[in-house]
Amino acid sequence: MATTLTINGSDHRIDAPDDTPLLWILRDELGMTGTKFGCGVGSCGACTVHIDGEAMRSCQVALGDVWGDVTTIEGLGTPDAMHALQAAWLRNQVAQCGYCQSGQIMQAADLLSQNPDPTDDEIDAAMSGNLCRCGTYSRIRAAIRDAATQMREEVL
Amino acid sequence: MSRLGTITRRSFLVASAAIAGGVAFGIYKLRQPIPNPLDPGEGSALNAFLVIDQDGVTAISGRADMGQGAQSTLAMLLAEELDVDWESVRVAHGPASVAYYNAAMMESALPGAEYNKSSWMRTVGAFVGNAGGRFLGTQITGGSTSVRDGFDKMRLAGASARETLKLAAAERLGVAADRLRTEAGAVVAPDGTRLPYAELAEAAARIEPPQTEPRPRADWRLLGKDQPRRDMAAKVTGTQAYGIDTRLPGMKFASLRMNPRLGGGLRGFDPAPALAIPGVEQVLDIDGGIAVVARNSWAAMQGAQAVDCDWGPAPYPDTTEAIFARIEAAFDDSPNSTMRDDGPEAQDGTEITAEYRLPYLAHAPLEPMNATALFEDGRLTLWSPNQAPLVQQRTAARGAGIEPEQVTVHTTAMGGGFGRRGESDYSELAARVARQMPGVPVQVIWSREEDMTHDFYRPGVIARLRGVVADGTAKQLDARIAGQGMTAQVAPRLFDIPVGGPDRALVEGLFDQPYAIPSYRVRGYTAEMDFPVSFWRSVGASHNGFIHESFIDELAHAAGRDPMEFRLDLVRPESAVAAGVLEAVRAMSDWDNARASGRALGVAMVWSFGTPVAQVIEVEDQDGAIRIARAWIACDPGIALDPLNLRAQMEGGLIFGLSAALHGQITVSDGMVEQWNFPDTDGLRISGAPRIEVQVLETNPHLGGVGEPGTPPAAPALANAIFALTGTRARELPLDRQFDFVL
Repeated sequence: MATTLTINGSDHRIDAPDDTPLLWILRDELGMTGTKFGCGVGSCGACTVHIDGEAMRSCQVALGDVWGDVTTIEGLGTPDAMHALQAAWLRNQVAQCGYCQSGQIMQAADLLSQNPDPTDDEIDAAMSGNLCRCGTYSRIRAAIRDAATQMREEVL
Repeated sequence: MSRLGTITRRSFLVASAAIAGGVAFGIYKLRQPIPNPLDPGEGSALNAFLVIDQDGVTAISGRADMGQGAQSTLAMLLAEELDVDWESVRVAHGPASVAYYNAAMMESALPGAEYNKSSWMRTVGAFVGNAGGRFLGTQITGGSTSVRDGFDKMRLAGASARETLKLAAAERLGVAADRLRTEAGAVVAPDGTRLPYAELAEAAARIEPPQTEPRPRADWRLLGKDQPRRDMAAKVTGTQAYGIDTRLPGMKFASLRMNPRLGGGLRGFDPAPALAIPGVEQVLDIDGGIAVVARNSWAAMQGAQAVDCDWGPAPYPDTTEAIFARIEAAFDDSPNSTMRDDGPEAQDGTEITAEYRLPYLAHAPLEPMNATALFEDGRLTLWSPNQAPLVQQRTAARGAGIEPEQVTVHTTAMGGGFGRRGESDYSELAARVARQMPGVPVQVIWSREEDMTHDFYRPGVIARLRGVVADGTAKQLDARIAGQGMTAQVAPRLFDIPVGGPDRALVEGLFDQPYAIPSYRVRGYTAEMDFPVSFWRSVGASHNGFIHESFIDELAHAAGRDPMEFRLDLVRPESAVAAGVLEAVRAMSDWDNARASGRALGVAMVWSFGTPVAQVIEVEDQDGAIRIARAWIACDPGIALDPLNLRAQMEGGLIFGLSAALHGQITVSDGMVEQWNFPDTDGLRISGAPRIEVQVLETNPHLGGVGEPGTPPAAPALANAIFALTGTRARELPLDRQFDFVL
């Protein structure tokens, strides 16, 4: 059965079983590999995308259940036009292996959309579902604070 | 597609340039030049570490980057000599070739403590490292050796290429080479004429490269200063292609199910339940397990779960208790090694004994095991996120039933490794799948559960220690450790060579620590078992750091001394470098000022992979649970070549060590690993991660590694802090079985 999804502003017609997790639709059916597979059980956060602006684990959302517009890391910003968070990640040189960072950044984008000036404790609470095996947490905190400052200044 | 693959396929202005011979290795130069493996098609490869084409300079790394930033540092070493803008440098992984052998890795495998190697031992070591590295083709990323191995090679490659480009420019302009200078990717003549390297590369490739000494440190522009990593922009925009992101036209996805009783074999299977799943196309027998080929990874994984398999029994004791009983029994045999045996038995003093037990551990890099393969016309092309390309080439050839020369290995970016990707099972299994579907590219992707239950684990160990203290100091330390020998398993598996004799990996981090204890003996006892084990970030030091530094702490308390003072008294006479990192964390943590009630500090120092690292951890009691509040790290790798990345590695090493200390364990029941996914053996999360400060010292006369040395002190520093806070000594890991934490 074909389903149509709006992903990063474009419509995609997908002919795959309804119970296929969104993660694999993105990665394997559409070739959008920025969203990562880490655990498949919603415990590492590497596959985080936005559905109607809200951070969701795409490995836990079936194709048939997608209820809104999907945004992936590719839709957040590009190397030539980075989102404020991606630019902050670059300035703070956050990534090591980098594999979890798509999910970290998508989760952080959700946080800042709800809380433009989070404390470290609020950052920790929002980000604790995203596992980084390389241990980049200090720089993730710094980059979120940095991006929050930049984004608030842009608004003013 | 790797950058190198792109280079070979695209057209550039320089047509079919001659390829110069092997790079000048300076003091490492051996008699027979190794042919340059780079064939850039229409660009120029002045040596094995550099390609110049229309797009500019690409530094070729013989080493993988699992997140340690080594590729950026290696490129920086080259760029420093070559005079190119850092922002313009590209980095690519080289092909599988003996040209990229790792001399430092072979050298560091020799017996002897790193901290007190004499100059003749280092000379012999370098010779053995080069000869052995070439002979075995050790193109391996591991042992924190990438930059130590590349420090001279990459600078000499850059310097040699720069001088060759100047010679080419001299010929073109009719100006003496010594009147030319280089700047920002161009040769500049006295009259200001600029000749970009790209325009000179073809002519330069025909000139015998002169050998030139690298520049003195005082002239460095890039090295020693914080530089952005070249892979960072791709990694924050989702555009970095890891192995798992390989996409080829017509590609299928396959997932595996191997015997959960590791190595137990497959007696039979019924594919019908898998074939009933939409998207599943075929079920393949891959010797020891099955692979399900499907239109996407999800269908493949569902299919692999659905196959009804009849597994053979485990070829090892089938419970954790029975495995540890086998380890314990090794103490009854004669020791496999006695790598330290100093001084006679202490005569007087207080005797302290203790037994430590550490669990098996999984590597669990966040990108699960995978490899992509295409078998066509008797040749195999492999896209593999790996730490040892030549090993993949050999084992994938075996999997495809062809010769290694018929295998082309593309080493992709990788989402972590931690030692797991030094193995090659994932490549060999992908080859077994691909050979059964010629002409069709197939990505063989493991579920997290398959990855965690089919690892080559950090060995579990039991250590028995006896110490004697008197007059406020340690008079004796006698350590015996039993566990599976890693080298004896890994060497035949990866290099087809049996390795007997003393197993250094079992005792490193224990026999080689810079403490002036007059009676000091370390013996290793190897337990023979077919449970799969391998190197895990910081290898032997990962368990021995905990054992040694926890027991030193026990001795300090038994002697009635402050643990920092006690250590410094023993370390100062043995190594000023090691004492330096202890003094640094003492100052950083304000160690000498007592903490308020409910807070406590713990210290540990471990010398591993050429670098001493000291850590102090502060814990606090929060309503009966322990919070890891802060951490201070001091290290001394000799030269901080890439300081920003170096500090990141120290932080990451600490977090990796804390993750294992808190949660890490692999247990076995009914022959099967009981931990399946992160909820069963988690990593530290951001909410439990301490605030960290790092200081890098530069007094070590020898360049040390940075990828691993941050890990070993983490667990003992935490356990020692917990002892200071609670009075309870942790002699087993993980700690979450014994204490409550705020995480």
